[in-house]
Amino acid sequence: MSEPLLQVRDLTQHFRVSRTFTVKAVNGVSFDIYPGETYGLVGESGSGKTTIGRSIIRLYDPTSGSIKFEGKEIAGKLDRATEKMLREDMQMIFQDPMSSLNPRKKVGDIIGEGLDIHHRFSSTAERDAAVAEMLDKVGLSQAHAERYPHQFSGGQRQRVGIARALVMNPKLIIADECISALDVSIQAQVVNLMKDIQDSTGCAYLFIAHDLSMVKYISDRIGVLHLGYMVETGTTEEIFANPVHPYTKSLLSAVPIPNPEIEKRRHSIAYDRKAEGVDYSQGTEHQLEGTHRVLATDEELARWTA
Amino acid sequence: MEMNEKAILQFVDLDISFRTNAGVVHAIRGVNLDLQKGETVAIVGESGSGKSVTVKAAVGLLDGNATINSGQILYRLREDDGSERVVDLLALSKRELRRTINGRRIAMVFQDPMTSLDPTMTIGKQIMEGILLHKKVDKATAYARALELLELVGITHAEKRMKNYPHQLSGGMRQRVVIAIALASDPDILICDEPTTALDVTIQARILELIKDIQSRMGLSVIYITHDLGVVAKVADYVNVMYAGRIIEVGNVNEIFYEPKHPYTWGLLAAMPDLETDDDRLASIPGSPPNLLHEPVGDAFAPRNAYALKIDEKAEPPMFKVSETHYAATWLLHPSAPAVEMPPELKARLERARKEAEKYL
Repeated sequence: MSEPLLQVRDLTQHFRVSRTFTVKAVNGVSFDIYPGETYGLVGESGSGKTTIGRSIIRLYDPTSGSIKFEGKEIAGKLDRATEKMLREDMQMIFQDPMSSLNPRKKVGDIIGEGLDIHHRFSSTAERDAAVAEMLDKVGLSQAHAERYPHQFSGGQRQRVGIARALVMNPKLIIADECISALDVSIQAQVVNLMKDIQDSTGCAYLFIAHDLSMVKYISDRIGVLHLGYMVETGTTEEIFANPVHPYTKSLLSAVPIPNPEIEKRRHSIAYDRKAEGVDYSQGTEHQLEGTHRVLATDEELARWTA
Repeated sequence: MEMNEKAILQFVDLDISFRTNAGVVHAIRGVNLDLQKGETVAIVGESGSGKSVTVKAAVGLLDGNATINSGQILYRLREDDGSERVVDLLALSKRELRRTINGRRIAMVFQDPMTSLDPTMTIGKQIMEGILLHKKVDKATAYARALELLELVGITHAEKRMKNYPHQLSGGMRQRVVIAIALASDPDILICDEPTTALDVTIQARILELIKDIQSRMGLSVIYITHDLGVVAKVADYVNVMYAGRIIEVGNVNEIFYEPKHPYTWGLLAAMPDLETDDDRLASIPGSPPNLLHEPVGDAFAPRNAYALKIDEKAEPPMFKVSETHYAATWLLHPSAPAVEMPPELKARLERARKEAEKYL
């Protein structure tokens, strides 16, 4: 495989709430994202998946660990040039398309803002053409540039969010629950759009979601998070065909299957970390086949794979 | 009043509109729905299709700007002495509804457990509140009953939890408390409005299994509102698919999942990737749901429907009968309509689903 686009090593993100209480949101998470691939992060709420996304895009300052983008360290203080490069090459799509768009700006200006800041054009006509092309690409019409966010439906607003991320031609897009707030039929439209864009521009996605069936559908590789630890990671096939960690198994069993006769007879597998006696901080990463890794102690691994 | 013999709750030609600044929104356009005793009926649809409004009308929780244009909601009320009579819930005054129906006969579980609990009251008090209000019992009995309910919904250390406030519980726990409150006065009907949408999948599965278990133990009739077809497959006996304020397909759960007839139902099923989908693209329904500010002409789904016929632009299709329990409102079922098949990918998937299911049939 080629050089990874993004390399996260032992990322730790703690939030000090008070003198005696620190939230350990992310504890030593490592993964790679290669150019043009989609890496899915799944886990329940509070597992730290959003925190990881925000640490990568530098909204948080990591407690420890390294994040490398194209081989360059990007955790901590940066010089201006690297910072500028990052702001162009890494973009984010947020969960709630209403609260992430400025209600007082026209959609055309929202999409064009990045172009304006980075002076990516030589004339206004050129800028407007770039915005129009982007609107076209995400399935909106050019006339929409003159409208405000409130004049759009949820699905259309999310398209605006995607257009804003794409206009800079980024190498990595962090999509944080970007389809969770949309209706089923609209989700499919947005996911198809994201796939098409990946095919034509070759950008990589970090796809953060809690809906496993969507994650399976869009991702090449998946990381399963629980309580701030990456409990299992591997290609989509590896994870789904051969889940090892009991949390992954429980997560997979909880996804409802649209087949009533089967679904009615099926029971989800409960996972209780304390009852199982699993202490994540004791575990080490074990390499199974290929890129499939699982966090466990030797004894646990033997028990789970038995 | 005529009422279906087996039904416990029956919506008849319900028609509701809302006055808004932009104009009149015709949100519910003739909904007919039966709930039979001990059954689970699911209402599926996108946001804005009117599924919540329909059930809110039954418990008198419609917003102030709503007008009920026509229709009845019939409820078979069993008096404490065992006699039965049929009442139209829409004809009752708010006061009567509050006294005799809400909470006591028909209870509701809402989407977000944090906003439906009182943050300043211990959960024990909140559960006892309903019991004390609806039943003539003293505090000690109510306390014992509340404990029992907490155990029923799977909360451990119930005694300790009684003194907790909602913010001290996790999301799944809170929803369990909400369910316990709903069950506090032995209702006949439980209405669940997206009860698991705000919860994680692992907890969702647990809550759904809990509601199913309680339903079979207490003989409840349940109305389930959801947009997640996976959830429907797990819990429902009958499914009503709603679109733009009308029910466009109804059938038992197997009919809807294995032999859907309406193109919108096809679209919903195809848009949802199951864990076996390997296709390159997801089938999606183009466009977005209509704005009911403007009364749709013809079939409301026609603009998004790849299988729309000429007549769809002119006349709204009636419900065509497919089987005793299965009806769909699409002109494709008219005897003189051209033979149209569902998309091949979906057909293959349903075929696969049927095969897997046959093992159990």
